[in-house]
Amino acid sequence: MSAVEQTTDELFDCRESFAQTIEALAAEDPRIVTVVSDSVGSSKLGGFRTKFPDRMVNVGIAEQTLVAVGAGLANGGKVPFVSAASCFITGRAMEQVKADIAYSNVNVKLIGQSSGVAYGELGPTHHSIEDLAWLRLFNNMKLIVPADPWQTSEAIRAAAAHDGPVFVRISRMKVPALERSADARFEIGSAETLVEGDDATIIANGTMVHRAVAAARLLADEGIATRVVNMATVNPLDEAAIAAAADTGAIVTLEEHSVRGGLGGAVAELVATTNPVPMRILGFPGFVPTGSAEFLFDHFGLNPAGIADAVRQTVARKR
Amino acid sequence: MSSSTKVPRNDAVTQIASKSLWIRRRSFQMVYEAQQGHPGGDFSAADILATLYFGVMRFDPRKPNDPGRDRFVMSKGHCSGAFYAALAAAGYFPEDELKTYMEPLSKLNGHPNRNYLPGVETNTGPLGHGLPVATGIAIAGQLDNADFRTFVLTGDGELQEGSNWECALTAAHRKLENLTLIVDRNRLQQGARTEDTATLDPLDEKWRAFGWHVEMVDGHDHAQLLDVLSAPAKGRGKPLCVIANTFKGKGVSFMHDNVSWHHGVPNKEQYEQAMAELV
Repeated sequence: MSAVEQTTDELFDCRESFAQTIEALAAEDPRIVTVVSDSVGSSKLGGFRTKFPDRMVNVGIAEQTLVAVGAGLANGGKVPFVSAASCFITGRAMEQVKADIAYSNVNVKLIGQSSGVAYGELGPTHHSIEDLAWLRLFNNMKLIVPADPWQTSEAIRAAAAHDGPVFVRISRMKVPALERSADARFEIGSAETLVEGDDATIIANGTMVHRAVAAARLLADEGIATRVVNMATVNPLDEAAIAAAADTGAIVTLEEHSVRGGLGGAVAELVATTNPVPMRILGFPGFVPTGSAEFLFDHFGLNPAGIADAVRQTVARKR
Repeated sequence: MSSSTKVPRNDAVTQIASKSLWIRRRSFQMVYEAQQGHPGGDFSAADILATLYFGVMRFDPRKPNDPGRDRFVMSKGHCSGAFYAALAAAGYFPEDELKTYMEPLSKLNGHPNRNYLPGVETNTGPLGHGLPVATGIAIAGQLDNADFRTFVLTGDGELQEGSNWECALTAAHRKLENLTLIVDRNRLQQGARTEDTATLDPLDEKWRAFGWHVEMVDGHDHAQLLDVLSAPAKGRGKPLCVIANTFKGKGVSFMHDNVSWHHGVPNKEQYEQAMAELV
């Protein structure tokens, strides 16, 4: 059943992939600069600073300036990668993201680090489970939520190659490397099917993808062939992959985000207006209680058992 | 186009005076025809805009994306009437385009959009956005050791937005001598005097305390504006803040220093009287 397996038990921090890739890109392209708001360490950009000390702009703890300076650097011919905790680069600087980046339509890459509930016990001020809902409103901004180190690296390369605003959502939660065929490619707007199946589809992204694969294995053992689609790009959506998911008759979306307005909302908008089928949207209901990220995943059923339950219930509603 | 160094100072001042009168008349016609706009602020900014485009900045309107151009960021984007008139006068697009101001599907949106019009560097409208973006442009120039300058015009009420003071720290820290902020200090914000709303004075001391070099000028005196804005930036070691003391509605008797003309629009009689005075 599974086209994809974890290659090893090793887990990876995708921020490292981001950092290695941006260093490699910067060595090739002198236009690339990084912009941070005292967020060098949390962005894993210490190596970049050592290699390219003059190409890192640290504006201080000032997210409005952070994002606006990115827009200005793009005006001056740079390709800025603006990196800070996702909760602050979006929420604190939302009007700069709207007016200076999206509406002005400039070539700036926003990197939302430590997204979702990665900051666990630090609480909802530091969680970023609203970011996709906010940013999805900017129709010209590409939104990418990579699932593992390879896809993070590919997403950063794709962001650099795209002329226009891009947001890449990166986690500090360690994830396994997903196994892919040798000819696997990443393309903005193209989903990948990691597990084949025609009884139901889980559409997931980011840190949730490997959990979806594990849930599909549980379901396969009981005869529910569950497709797993890694929808790494939330804008633009891979509409063909979602149409094909609707053809399986049951869809469960899964994201480290609020259930309101994120990947689930995006998929639901399309499914409801094209081919309505039973759906479940898995994620967080709103501000979450105190707990580690792992605790919160379990508490809200975002583990293989909980995901499998949601699939069973949705399959039971199939028409 | 441009660069005051090529034109004798007296000739430049004469041309700036003539262009600022044209900007006032043309923008007021736009506001009258659209029955929308912000004419009071158009008039306080007109002399500053004319000085930048016809005496100070280095640019070629046929090459609006030339990497070496001087940049101008219109942070007080609501004064789009004067800004569009200045851009048309500077040759960025035909004057005829001005007739479409705020019409359906016009390129001349109520607030400027860089994707519609050449010469607009960034989309503005929400206040406190221009200086931070201009700071980024100036940093790009600094990184490349480029010799272009970046100018940004803000209102004074706009300085109540905290984003300006965030990036004031950044700009001073980086010693952005290629960055010039011009404050249109007309002392009136949308609803009242700045000093009756959230006190800005002593504004010069605030900018100095933030590490900027400050100059105070009469913002309607073309020679003063020309001298302070075209003075060499190299070697100053600090970003420059020019506090241009102005009057909202400058040039028309019944609009002068009158808060109701922030976004007031003229009737036929007022329009005719204003045009009779703007000569």
